[in-house]
Amino acid sequence: MPEWEAVIGLEIHTQLKTRTKMFCSCEAGFGGEPNTRTCPVCLAFPGALPVPNETAVEWTIKLGHALNCRVAEHAVFHRKNYFYPDNPKGYQISQYDEPLCIEGSFVVPGPDGDSEVRIVRAHLEEDAAKTIHVGGATGRIVGSAHSNVDFNRGGTPLVEIVTQPDLRSAEQAKRFLQLLRQTIVELGVSDAEMEKGTLRADANISVREVGEAGYRTRTELKNMNSFNHIARGIDAEIRRQIETWESGGEVVQETLDYEVKSDTVTPRRRKEEADDYLYFPEPDLVPLKPPADLVERLRTEVPELPGARIRRFEKEYELPYYDAEVLNGSAALAALYEQVALEGIDAKAASNVLMNDFVATGVDPAAVDGAELAKLIAARATIPRESFTRALIESGDPDFRAETYLGDTLVADTAELEPLVERVLADNPGQVAAYKGGKDGLLGFFVGQVMKETQGKADPKVVNELLRAKLA
Amino acid sequence: MAISREDVLHVAALAQLELSEDEIVRLTEQLNDILAAVGKVSELDLSDVPPTSHPLSVVNVFRPDVARPSLPLDDAFANAPERDGDLFRVPPTGAAEESVG
Amino acid sequence: MIDTLRLTAGEARALLERGDVSGAELRAAYRKAIETRNEELNCFLTLVDGDGNDGVPIALKDVISTKGVRTTAGSKILEDYVPVFDSTVADRCKAAGLQLLGKTNTDEFAMGSSTENSAYGPSRNPWDPTRVPGGSGGGSAAAVSAGLAPWALGSDTGGSIKQPSALCGNVGLRPTYGTVSRYGIVAFASSLDQVGPVTKNVRDNALLYGIISGRDDCDSTTVEVPPVELPEAEDLKGLRVGVPKELNEAEGIAPGVAEAVHRAIDLCTELGAEVGECELPRSVEYGLPCYYLIAPAEASSNLARYDGVRYGLRVPAENYYEMVARTRDAGFGDEPKRRIMLGTYALSAGYYEAYYGQAQKVRTVIAREFDAAFERFDVLVSPTSPTVAFKIGEKAESPLAMYLTDVLTIPPNMAGLPGLSIPCGLSEGLPVGLQLIGPQFSENMLFRTGHALERAIGFDTVPERLR
Ligand SMILES: [Mg+2]
Ligand SMILES: [Zn+2]
Repeated sequence: MPEWEAVIGLEIHTQLKTRTKMFCSCEAGFGGEPNTRTCPVCLAFPGALPVPNETAVEWTIKLGHALNCRVAEHAVFHRKNYFYPDNPKGYQISQYDEPLCIEGSFVVPGPDGDSEVRIVRAHLEEDAAKTIHVGGATGRIVGSAHSNVDFNRGGTPLVEIVTQPDLRSAEQAKRFLQLLRQTIVELGVSDAEMEKGTLRADANISVREVGEAGYRTRTELKNMNSFNHIARGIDAEIRRQIETWESGGEVVQETLDYEVKSDTVTPRRRKEEADDYLYFPEPDLVPLKPPADLVERLRTEVPELPGARIRRFEKEYELPYYDAEVLNGSAALAALYEQVALEGIDAKAASNVLMNDFVATGVDPAAVDGAELAKLIAARATIPRESFTRALIESGDPDFRAETYLGDTLVADTAELEPLVERVLADNPGQVAAYKGGKDGLLGFFVGQVMKETQGKADPKVVNELLRAKLA
Repeated sequence: MAISREDVLHVAALAQLELSEDEIVRLTEQLNDILAAVGKVSELDLSDVPPTSHPLSVVNVFRPDVARPSLPLDDAFANAPERDGDLFRVPPTGAAEESVG
Repeated sequence: MIDTLRLTAGEARALLERGDVSGAELRAAYRKAIETRNEELNCFLTLVDGDGNDGVPIALKDVISTKGVRTTAGSKILEDYVPVFDSTVADRCKAAGLQLLGKTNTDEFAMGSSTENSAYGPSRNPWDPTRVPGGSGGGSAAAVSAGLAPWALGSDTGGSIKQPSALCGNVGLRPTYGTVSRYGIVAFASSLDQVGPVTKNVRDNALLYGIISGRDDCDSTTVEVPPVELPEAEDLKGLRVGVPKELNEAEGIAPGVAEAVHRAIDLCTELGAEVGECELPRSVEYGLPCYYLIAPAEASSNLARYDGVRYGLRVPAENYYEMVARTRDAGFGDEPKRRIMLGTYALSAGYYEAYYGQAQKVRTVIAREFDAAFERFDVLVSPTSPTVAFKIGEKAESPLAMYLTDVLTIPPNMAGLPGLSIPCGLSEGLPVGLQLIGPQFSENMLFRTGHALERAIGFDTVPERLR
């Protein structure tokens, strides 16, 4: 049996969170009663003309910088012509052979080194309206009685990012998308939420034998609306393609939908002529020539991005990759970690608390005073677990002071703890016998009982030592 | 480059025109005549000439990202052939694909 | 008594300012003229019963969106369409106090050179009702010529202001591309469409151009325009007038037309201009083919919005695609269909480079040839139309013959240049138009030149049969 590898490229659409739409002054963004955010331009009334949103152009350039793209000196909007009820002009204003941002790369750090995904382009276009298929048994397109259109979303600025086929597994694709999403969010240009559809991704997938040169026929997988579905969808398609080739069949170029319930892909039926979009330069718009000083200014506005920050955390705080990755799960958590670490406490200990205990509380890292939290973490060994947890829960309050909890010290006095340990052992003769019979795991049970008796204030280290001595 | 009946049907499908048999025959003939005349542009060797897509030399025209009032619903639907509540109603799109994007 | 056949817009404005007539009286006079002559000429598709303004009346070509007033673009697909917004030019006319008389007939979507392609029947030429008034803005030109409106707005893509103005004995300006907003103009070919005035004389033309021109935030392809100067000069001293050989000797130019134009060129010399010959070797030969690739390509896309979803005609069907295809088949006439087909073909995979791509390069060639000519000359002159008004139905059978009527107006349009057509005499009892072409943004020079020539020519704009 040959060994197969997958070849995956992604096409990502992310809605910019500008105040207004791409080519008209209607409010953009989620919500609004149907068709209340429309005007002659986004309803394509005869004679209406597009005027581009300056902020959307600047944000696209900024995003281009984050993807290490070259910003084109001359970019052009094109018309992509096709008929669909959600496409009111009969063409989408998009970019074709002269996009704003070209030839970039996006580095995804990993435990075993970086993987680089080359970016073909990042261009600006407008989103389609929303078609609602009504009637029919399943609520799906096929068999619906009619369709209704809400043009509120129509014309929202959309950046399309296209990667080279540099990804080799579903897991890698998922990780790439997660980091890309976080990068976009931290740039402040989009909410990039898959559930809301402000981030959407299609995958181009093919497989080949390891060592084989060139690419085989690829398919396009759509309709995946979470990171997990993307990973599962790609896996399902890879499996299908490998089976197809191994059973002597041939993969054909087609567009597929991932069906979550059955964990399978199904082909989409297409209109026959749908492949020719009759692209030509949009004559209602003039070309874009981003001035060099603007391009530079936007470059300086790009903050340190999560990918680079992960590597810096590894180096600067000598953290394992895993820690660096988790701490960089959000810009706010990473910033809090840096504030805490700045106080000179043990970097790994601080990491452990933030990654596990702190994250578990659900407290907004941005609300926490890092210096106070550092004091708390520094005294962790002497504070009872319960108090410590309570302190973390309250660490987001504006008047949180670590001092409040530093008085709650642990009971480490052997004289005080010894009678308690003896009582626990006496109350549980069965478990004692079992322990002595070889069930070592029961030690934890005894520790737990003692902790319970002391409302968590016993020093677990001392309790452990006492128990071992008594049970020996 | 002669344009065939099949070409005409293909182009009509791209342009969403349901042509009658009469129109197909007439258009095939007329388009051939017109294309023969306009095909003249390919006589010229213009490999060194850049294209002009616009007579204006202006670049970078934008609008600030400031919202302005949208249309009242009654205006949005004033000319609508079919309205379903506050939505534009159309016949089902059938089995064809979703919008591209 | 107000003689609408003779009254210019400038004179009407003066009467209003002096209080000699009221806006209502003016309107009544034009309404009476319309009642008398519109049935024969079919200039107006929709009449307006007063819009609150009381300034000089105006007629607008029916591709210009008017809030609350039906705007059909001469097409069945927009038969009941009533815009909910004003085009920028309609808005500027309103702001200047002009009162709207009504909407004038046009070839469907401004595609044509005779107004015979209107879904609402052809307009007729006031000089001879068996002949066309030209097109696509035949309704506006015939209305001004027949005294049904003191002035009007048209739109010009390949010659739709200049050519009908020539055929009806009016002054028509196709302004520099980008000087007049296209916002709210039912689009034909976006990189070529331009709105402009149709008037009885050059001063009126400058006046109206001053009202409608200038940068518009709603149209990214507009620019600031130099202040418009009303022409005063009566001579052409110091003006360098170029006579492009190809534009004046093109095949199909009628002898009577050439003669009238020659007389006007001689007048230029008499008025003090330096006249010389020049060449536009490829602009005329390749201009028309270039135009008939680019304009239909843009049109095919611009007309894609007529899908029966948000406005306009809808032919019911079982599914969306059938509905769209049937609506478009029933709603569009022959000419739009022909151009949609031609344009779609020119853009389609495998043909783009040979047709649309190559046409864009020809466009560069044409612009360069004009640039070169303007290094030596301030203004270029030629006939506007190769012939005087032709008979209704004469070219109806051959789209190509009809296309050829724009052969002289198209080349400057491809380069975005302004062109002014003024009447320069009669041939066979019908008006001949002289086309004055200037560099981009040279409208003031065109007005000065046109004004001086107009005085020297002394053309009587009232059709002989109506005098
Ligand atoms: Mg896209
Ligand atoms: Zn809008």
